[in-house]
Amino acid sequence: MPAGGSAARFLFLWGLVALPACAREPADPVLRFWAFGREGEVVAELVRGFEREHPGVRVRVQQIPWSAAHEKVLTAIVGRATPDLAQMGNTWIPEMAALGALAPVDGPVADSGYFPGILATNIIDDTLFGLPWYVDTRVLFYRKDLLARAGFDSMPTTWDGWRGAMLAIKRNAGPGQYAIFLPTNEWPPQVILGLQQGSPLIDEQGFGAFRGPEFARAFDFLMSLYQDGLAAPVSNNTIANLYQEFARGTFAMYISGPWNLGEFRRRLPADMQDDWGTAPLPGPDGPGVSLAGGSSLVVFRGSKHADLAHQLVAYLARPEQQIRFYRLTGDLPARLEAWNDPALAADAEAVAFRTQLTRVVPTPMVPEWEQATTKIMDFTEAAARGQRTPASALASLDAAVDRLLERRRYLLERRRVAAAP
Amino acid sequence: MRRLRAVLLHLVLLIGVVLAATPLIWMVSASLMRPGEANSSPPPFLPAQPTLEHYRALFTSLSVGRYIVNSLLVSVGGTLGALLIVGLAGYAFAKLRFRGRQPVFRGLLAAMVIPGQVAMLPMFILLRELGLVNTLVGAMIPFLAPVYGIFLVRQYALSIPDDLLQAARLDGATEFQIFRLIVLPGIAPVLATLGVFTFLGAWNDFMWPLIILSDDAKYTLPVALANLTGEHVQDVELMMSGAVVTVLPVFIAFLFLQRYYIQGIMTGSVKG
Amino acid sequence: MTVGGSTAESRAGWAFVTPALALIGIFFVLPVAGAFVLSFTDFDLYSIGGPGNTRFVGLANYRDLLTTPLFWTALRNTLYFVLVGGPLSVAVSLAAALLVNARTVRLKPFFRAAFFAPWVTTLVAVALLWRYIYHPQYGLLNAAIGVFGLGPVDWLGDPAWAMPSIILLSVWKNFGYNMLIFLAGLQAIPEELYEAASLDGAGAWHRFRHVTVPMLGPTLVFVGIVTMITSFQIFSEPYVMTQGGPLKSTTTLMLFMYEEGFRWWRLGFAATIAVVLFLLTLAGTVVQLRFRREAQG
Repeated sequence: MPAGGSAARFLFLWGLVALPACAREPADPVLRFWAFGREGEVVAELVRGFEREHPGVRVRVQQIPWSAAHEKVLTAIVGRATPDLAQMGNTWIPEMAALGALAPVDGPVADSGYFPGILATNIIDDTLFGLPWYVDTRVLFYRKDLLARAGFDSMPTTWDGWRGAMLAIKRNAGPGQYAIFLPTNEWPPQVILGLQQGSPLIDEQGFGAFRGPEFARAFDFLMSLYQDGLAAPVSNNTIANLYQEFARGTFAMYISGPWNLGEFRRRLPADMQDDWGTAPLPGPDGPGVSLAGGSSLVVFRGSKHADLAHQLVAYLARPEQQIRFYRLTGDLPARLEAWNDPALAADAEAVAFRTQLTRVVPTPMVPEWEQATTKIMDFTEAAARGQRTPASALASLDAAVDRLLERRRYLLERRRVAAAP
Repeated sequence: MRRLRAVLLHLVLLIGVVLAATPLIWMVSASLMRPGEANSSPPPFLPAQPTLEHYRALFTSLSVGRYIVNSLLVSVGGTLGALLIVGLAGYAFAKLRFRGRQPVFRGLLAAMVIPGQVAMLPMFILLRELGLVNTLVGAMIPFLAPVYGIFLVRQYALSIPDDLLQAARLDGATEFQIFRLIVLPGIAPVLATLGVFTFLGAWNDFMWPLIILSDDAKYTLPVALANLTGEHVQDVELMMSGAVVTVLPVFIAFLFLQRYYIQGIMTGSVKG
Repeated sequence: MTVGGSTAESRAGWAFVTPALALIGIFFVLPVAGAFVLSFTDFDLYSIGGPGNTRFVGLANYRDLLTTPLFWTALRNTLYFVLVGGPLSVAVSLAAALLVNARTVRLKPFFRAAFFAPWVTTLVAVALLWRYIYHPQYGLLNAAIGVFGLGPVDWLGDPAWAMPSIILLSVWKNFGYNMLIFLAGLQAIPEELYEAASLDGAGAWHRFRHVTVPMLGPTLVFVGIVTMITSFQIFSEPYVMTQGGPLKSTTTLMLFMYEEGFRWWRLGFAATIAVVLFLLTLAGTVVQLRFRREAQG
């Protein structure tokens, strides 16, 4: 029979090490809140007010970079280790709902306090699964001085005008400088252009529409920008510091979102602040549509503090919190009421977003969308770098997306057969 | 002529050392540079005005201390657990006679061929059912029963004289007492070597903790470092100080315990 | 002979091996078997939402894999790393061992430790370090080769250079380990053999070919197999440095498996990749052993 002091000592030592590893949660409720990117850095300040209103409650914000956010959320769901609430890109909500991971939010499904296109992205099967937190769409950030020097006093509103402006800027530019920064590992530009041409991207039967004429037109336009030297076919990893390069004139335009309002103000030199501006996106024949993006706040099923989590979501949805959030990040409030705030109303660069938000279209609300965007990026990169012709890239993209959607088509078919009498 | 060859040889070796060491030296050097200093062309090799601000930031606002503790817990816990489990098993396969010993051992040898990654996906699902996802214990599990460790200990334990063990049995000692008092001191060297390697492996492990730990309070250093890259990849100096903090403990351990690493590799292979 | 031994000894024997066997059985054998089973199903995210959604699909995943272009890219990239990086790493290790072992070299322990040091470092940390070293404008490497009038090269952004860059990192990091193994092998070669060869008039290269290489035979095979097995599993470097790009030129089989499995949760498909990886490694090992047996004659 095992006996003896040293065995016991050994086990004790190991227990000493292993036990803290299985530490228990403290008695006070701690809300675990996952937030991404810049929002993650900032929201920790905002929740202090909530903690003051609910003494004894602590909110622990975990900040996760966007590049890892999607996989971390899925891993947590599969591993049954989800936080209480999280920020959630609204394009991911269909996926989360399909997994049964989210708790429905109480709130009227038709809430006029929000941009209708944005609220719609949170509704699956007539249930509201998230509350919009901030809205996102993409507009053009550009160097006003470089555009003026090229002979344009404002950003054109048609594709032809836009191309003309870019060519003019390129003529003035030096070697290694471009008109526009279009990194090959971002998907919004090609998707937006496709939406502007009226492509559904993924059709109702669950097949890709990238080979279709609408998307092909958009894709050809995009490729022409690379081919004519107006954009460099590089990934955004190769630019060490985006803001430095914008200030240096390495590129004069960039399609980006509201978070960069705050970043541009912070990171560009003070004497450059008058030289940049924003403009709504040009469309094929006039002002174009953009993405109905943004993040919502969701509560996970299985949260042990569901009530508190819902209350925190409601707290962050209050107009004054929305305004505070805007002031800290430049992210645009989802609550329409918050737009009346003088600071936002006076924000010259935010006007472009306000205008654009009246012309937004959601991306396909299928769970596979996130993975589809990686395919879009892959084939865009291949075509931009000349490894494939645009037509062959689009054909392969459709094949890849069709393959992704195979399970969905199978399950939809099953459901249809089961529902049929 | 002899002289010339010797000088040339040493020169080549010194160039080799420079090539091997320069990246690491730059890593430390960059960690001491002011923000933005390293992002210039050509890159500076030494900091103009060394500063510890990045290390300060790591330990205060970026809570690196917590990650160090997590790494220590996983590494030390995994190592102690492995040594105990492997020590017992290795000795038993060497010296204790029980039915099925040979076939079971041969089965283990066959298992050595299979790469661990094949098991990773189902293991995640398995740990989920056991409630071990997002726990430090879950992070330790791949290290607790290394098959090659059992093999090594068994090799070593074979050389323990049987008469010693028999005499102890005749004196009335239990098997566990024999293990504790005779075998353990006997296999201490191989356990020390195994311990050093297991600690290193657990400390440096990346893929599995990346998968199994979702709560950033539980991140080990490599995972935290990769996470930091997501938001701060532009801040070279900060990232390099994070890299230094990750590498320093095992590097110091290596400097003091060189013997175990080097002897362990060299003798392990000659016997194998 | 394992029969016999008292019942106390027998009981202790089983008691001592049980913890290890239990851990290996539950956390290794079971998952490996699970991986094989998974590869015959279409288990994915939908299955996690509702288990009834899983179908048994037989070899469909394997067929699917063979018609997935990214699989062939990943296979090509992995083989590039295994067949170029592997031998390169072994050659550098052997060269380092030969140099350090030379009779006229002093301060052997210093050189040995200096060459071994990179192996000890955490891979994620040095992958990050080398990401900066490889930077086209601000990196040390381009600055260094610029001194000789070469470059600049976009090491991680150019599809032709990305995998070689990762190979370079891998060789730098790992050559010390195999160097030690070779050192042990070299030191085990009896001096008399070299003396006899010298007496017969053999020069340095001859001695190397006819004494060193044959005597190192088993060591070479061992190092070759181990290096190959670890090379097949390369993951952290592309994950940290290039995310599998540019143009998928550094997507390896492990990275592909990780993405399919832990990013998109297509577990059935990912398990298929894992099984294929295992079979490839096995095949490689058998080939090397067969080659060795034939070389022995």
